[in-house]
Amino acid sequence: MIEQVTVFLENDKGRLSALTRALANADVNMIALTIAETSDYGLVRIVCDKPAEAVAALEAAGLRAIVTKVIAVVVPNRPGGLAELLETFDTLGLNIEYGYCFSVADGEAIDVLKVADVDVASQAIEQAGYRLATIS
Amino acid sequence: MQSDCSTTRERHAMKKPQDILTAPHEELEAIQLEGVKKTIINCYENVPFYHNLYDEAGFDPYSVKSLADLAKAPFTTKQDLRDNYPFKMFAVPNEDIREIHMSSGTTGIATVGGYTEHDLDIWGDCFARGVWYADGGPTDIMHVCYGYGLFTGGLGAHYGGVKAGCTTIPMSAGNTERQIRVMREMGSTILCCTPSYAMHLADTAIAMGIDPKKDFKLRAGIHGAEAFSDNFRRDLEKKLGYKVLDVYGLTETMGPGVAIECMEQNGLHLAEDHFYAEIIDPKTGEVLPDGEWGELVITTVDREATPVVRYRTRDITRILPGECACGRTHRRIDRLHGRTDDMLIIRGVNVFPSQIEDVMKTFDQVSSWYQIELTRKGHLDVVTLKLEPNPDFDFDEVRAIEQLQHDIQARLKSALSVGIRVRIVEPRSIPRSEGKAVRVIDKRGDDQ
Repeated sequence: MIEQVTVFLENDKGRLSALTRALANADVNMIALTIAETSDYGLVRIVCDKPAEAVAALEAAGLRAIVTKVIAVVVPNRPGGLAELLETFDTLGLNIEYGYCFSVADGEAIDVLKVADVDVASQAIEQAGYRLATIS
Repeated sequence: MQSDCSTTRERHAMKKPQDILTAPHEELEAIQLEGVKKTIINCYENVPFYHNLYDEAGFDPYSVKSLADLAKAPFTTKQDLRDNYPFKMFAVPNEDIREIHMSSGTTGIATVGGYTEHDLDIWGDCFARGVWYADGGPTDIMHVCYGYGLFTGGLGAHYGGVKAGCTTIPMSAGNTERQIRVMREMGSTILCCTPSYAMHLADTAIAMGIDPKKDFKLRAGIHGAEAFSDNFRRDLEKKLGYKVLDVYGLTETMGPGVAIECMEQNGLHLAEDHFYAEIIDPKTGEVLPDGEWGELVITTVDREATPVVRYRTRDITRILPGECACGRTHRRIDRLHGRTDDMLIIRGVNVFPSQIEDVMKTFDQVSSWYQIELTRKGHLDVVTLKLEPNPDFDFDEVRAIEQLQHDIQARLKSALSVGIRVRIVEPRSIPRSEGKAVRVIDKRGDDQ
């Protein structure tokens, strides 16, 4: 399980740069960033080295940020890597709310997935033979 | 009749000023009849506007024998006061005027109120009732952050604080962090400001790491100058750990203190020894019985400088029937629904911002700040309610936000019978005000 930072951002000029500047000033290093956007607002999801500090820095900058628990699974960086993982989720009957992937070195990728019950899902996925990533 | 009244007044003068608050209602009515008769004659004889108005309407100012007879007199409107700007509504010569106040004039020419020494005295007495209703007095520290100046809020509250014997701190509006420091360091017990500014003070204090319930000594807040919902009040009381009393008033009749809530929080006691209130149907002008909602009309009982007869306040309320559990005899008006000119007409349906506020405050996921934006798409009015998420709202999934917007929209639709689009916006993106909050932005006149 890892802690992801979710930020509520209005679709407006300069908001995303204000967000990244606040994190930079707080010396937070981002590993991944994705945006789920609607016509009015966006949800920015960030994996970083210091989630608690990141939330504090963002709130201090006037943004609304929360910590969300997600699972991060290590998969082989080859065709079919994610397909096999998702099939395992299907077999286990675990629903995924959203997800995104980011590649890392050594022939492995990390898939971040949001599920309803992170602890139950983590256990089941580990028992199915997967390794969970930690971020530090 | 006349001698009865003066005996009544003298008898009260011998006792505490609070005694008038529990006088038998017949005594109050005697004071009112006496005062109203004098006011009408004074207006007719000293203010050319009233002289012409009554002559043209065929109303005989000397014919009033009962309070019911007052219904024969024509109304006075805000436009009449504007037309007579600045001093033509004054019933006394300039040398008797001690002070001037003015309405904000945001919607047109300002209206002017003049005050003699006696008028300032009754004003202080009226607002001091708020302190007495809060069981307060000389041991209290009253923190006034209504704006001081032409606006009646600041000095009206100030005179009330002084009259009630409170240590009165004339903070005026603005500089929120300083307000908070003073409130903490001086141990203010009674807070006077607009309800939206009280909320801003509370939120800012909390953001500064202060726990207002522990670090402040507030007992009561006397808040007015804008309508606020019961839910907004509860929210304020929870954050600041005090009791909120609603105060009503308007520059045209005096300023804040025309009516104030007692600790029962069940309607605002009119200062009936100084103001005579009627509720009318705003369309027909007909006087409505107690309990029915309509427009509040005020006649001053003992105002010297700028008396008014049957002034149409444009505020919507009703007289609450029955007696108040607090034992005071002055009749109560209900909390204001809004003004006839605040009322939004959305696709033909009448909507008050306070009704929208009441619905939205039943959702914990959003904060107390809101803004209503009116736009026009083709020939159709579009209403958008902007709300900010609360810190503990888990908005991680788009679905959660859409569900919330949908739920609020559904509840608004069933409460108001009109479709309102709900938009969750970034925290602190709705402007905070130090005076009256800007709740409605009407862009329907703009070209789209």
